[in-house]
Amino acid sequence: MSAVRLRGFGWRHAGRRHWAVRGVDLDVAAGERVLLLGPSGAGKSTLLAALAGLLPQDSGEREGIVEIDGLDPRTARERVGVVFQDPESQLVMARCGDDVAFGLENRGVPTEAIWPRVDSALRRVGFPYDRDRPTAALSGGEQQRLALAGALALRPGLLLLDEPTANLDPTGADLVRRAVADALDADTTLILVEHRVADALPLVDRVVVLEPGGGVRADGPPQTVFATHGDALDADGVWVPGRTTPPRHAAAPAGEVLLAAERLGLPPRLAATDLRVRAGEALAVLGPNGAGKSTLALLLGGLLRPGVGRLTATSALAGPDARTPPHRWRAPALTRRIGSVFQDPEHQFVTGTVFDELALGPRRTGQPEPAVRAAVDTLLERLRLARLAGANPFTLSGGESRRLSVATALATAPRLLICDEPTFGQDRRTWRELVDLLADLRDGGHGVVTVTHDADFVAALADRTVTLERR
Amino acid sequence: MIAVAPVAAPGAPLARRNPVAKLAAALVFSFILVATLDPVAPAIAVAVELALLPLFGVRYRVLARRALPLLVSGVGIVVTLVLFAADHSGRVLLDVGPVLVTEGVLVTALGLVLRMFAVALPGVIVFATTDPTDLADALIQNARAPARFAIGALAAFRLVPLLGQEWQTIGLARRARGVDAGRNPLARLRLFGSTAFALLVAAIRRGTRLAVAMDARGFDAGTPRTVARRQHFGPADWLLLVGAAVLAGGALAVSVALGTFRPLLG
Repeated sequence: MSAVRLRGFGWRHAGRRHWAVRGVDLDVAAGERVLLLGPSGAGKSTLLAALAGLLPQDSGEREGIVEIDGLDPRTARERVGVVFQDPESQLVMARCGDDVAFGLENRGVPTEAIWPRVDSALRRVGFPYDRDRPTAALSGGEQQRLALAGALALRPGLLLLDEPTANLDPTGADLVRRAVADALDADTTLILVEHRVADALPLVDRVVVLEPGGGVRADGPPQTVFATHGDALDADGVWVPGRTTPPRHAAAPAGEVLLAAERLGLPPRLAATDLRVRAGEALAVLGPNGAGKSTLALLLGGLLRPGVGRLTATSALAGPDARTPPHRWRAPALTRRIGSVFQDPEHQFVTGTVFDELALGPRRTGQPEPAVRAAVDTLLERLRLARLAGANPFTLSGGESRRLSVATALATAPRLLICDEPTFGQDRRTWRELVDLLADLRDGGHGVVTVTHDADFVAALADRTVTLERR
Repeated sequence: MIAVAPVAAPGAPLARRNPVAKLAAALVFSFILVATLDPVAPAIAVAVELALLPLFGVRYRVLARRALPLLVSGVGIVVTLVLFAADHSGRVLLDVGPVLVTEGVLVTALGLVLRMFAVALPGVIVFATTDPTDLADALIQNARAPARFAIGALAAFRLVPLLGQEWQTIGLARRARGVDAGRNPLARLRLFGSTAFALLVAAIRRGTRLAVAMDARGFDAGTPRTVARRQHFGPADWLLLVGAAVLAGGALAVSVALGTFRPLLG
């Protein structure tokens, strides 16, 4: 039941040259459901933070007007609820009921009134457990539903959702979207940021597209916006519904075996698995959360010692070292043969600049400096990172840091590349680039293994799939 | 990994006491015992602690597992003193090559170990019988600790196991990048440092996100906070506190009466 009014709104974070968002004029009436879109870097998250009153005065410079029911968002905080992207870092308490109660305590709700409101909020999001359930025992989708309950218990007039399903598997994402659809009152205003537009459309009746340079590019009912701006949005990396990507499957049959897993496992994380990884083939590893897909990726990457069974590298991959199992290879030898791309790119960054990050692998494997420079420059161009060569890896955007993490694995030209959820939270442009890059590698005779929940990605790239079962 | 979850039977009469009362009782008990250097008072204290354990609902085997580091350092103290103590007074008990064990050495060593146990066990028992959430609640409601501090610490505490996982992942990610230390101790130290730095960056990011999420739910609102879970500090809690002081005082009195009392100061 809260209304939003923006007039020439802009925000520049302290110490930055560019405005994160600028020149936005927007009215959202009470009870409207708005999907906020825009290419990466258009300022969607900054706009949500401003509406949530989470941009302290001293953290940057504001221009124009931002109002909720005619009030400054910092003073209208009680009217706004927020659910963020990462479930792990928005739950506060150890028990589910306590976590929902946390916000009510902060708002000064009397003790007798707290627990009925906690129970009703948990019911509204379809939470399947009782209040004493430990928050640590929940899946990602359940944690996000709990976070939603924590926001709804405060009876917000305006609910802001900042990519609440980006980190979830399809089942979890579906549960959260259904909880949002079921739990919202008819008069609650909703503003949602979400990359995967098709999934978000059932929740909204209006689409607003931010222009990266400033202002609003398009605003209206979804059909109208996508009919008139669909092509431009698609080119900018927005997931416009109904657009398909031509698949890129291998033209030639798969080549020689690179890795052979016999009854390979690591109880209790991964049950014994048989698997062959071949050159010139894109293999996708599928399965529900908890089946051990990431563990399998680590084992195939020579990063964990198998608990049971064996992993053998062939001489096609390891030459004379093929007699030693990959987890016993020294790191520089490993990185020349098998590249691993982790789910969170930041876990892999070791140096202070993008250039050094790319040069690290080649230097470690003892290549001469001119060859290192040449290899790095090629990768910088190929993955559109040249402009960022001097930047600190930890300051990159989501798409940029994903491209960098893949590029670092490619820098030592390994014969086999293993990626864990490379497309999580990526816009369509980066997604498309990843498909092309991995397909090019595969066509060049490399082996590619991808652990993924992304059905579109599997359809576009995979030549063969392996599905792990939950134990 | 540090064991932190409570392990007590929740219905036990002393485990149910207010967490602040338990913590204060443990502090009182320990502080009084620090006052003496003799072995008698700590021996009585340890006996009292072990005798009261069933009232806290903690099983002896569970306590032994929790107190394992304590046991190990106890053995360490005895061995060190026996081997290196300068004071070799009293009757000789054992004389094998360089090892000379006398009565005096053994009494000093046992006294030290007993003191360590007497002072540390109450703390171990309190944390074995107290849920961290209850402790934070009681600190706010009964000890007037600022909520910003107590709830903030509680939320940070919840992230600790995540940091453990993250440490492992960062280590594996480094190996995947071709970075390992091999057998070189200096490289090993450097790798440890850079992994710790990456973990620190990750922890700060996570902590910042958590702080923003907490403020989004009004943690910084300044409205007087209410409490969802009431913690009572009743007569039974006062009794526990007074009981702890009386028992510790009693142990000291016995030690004085037996003439073994050696004050820490003077």
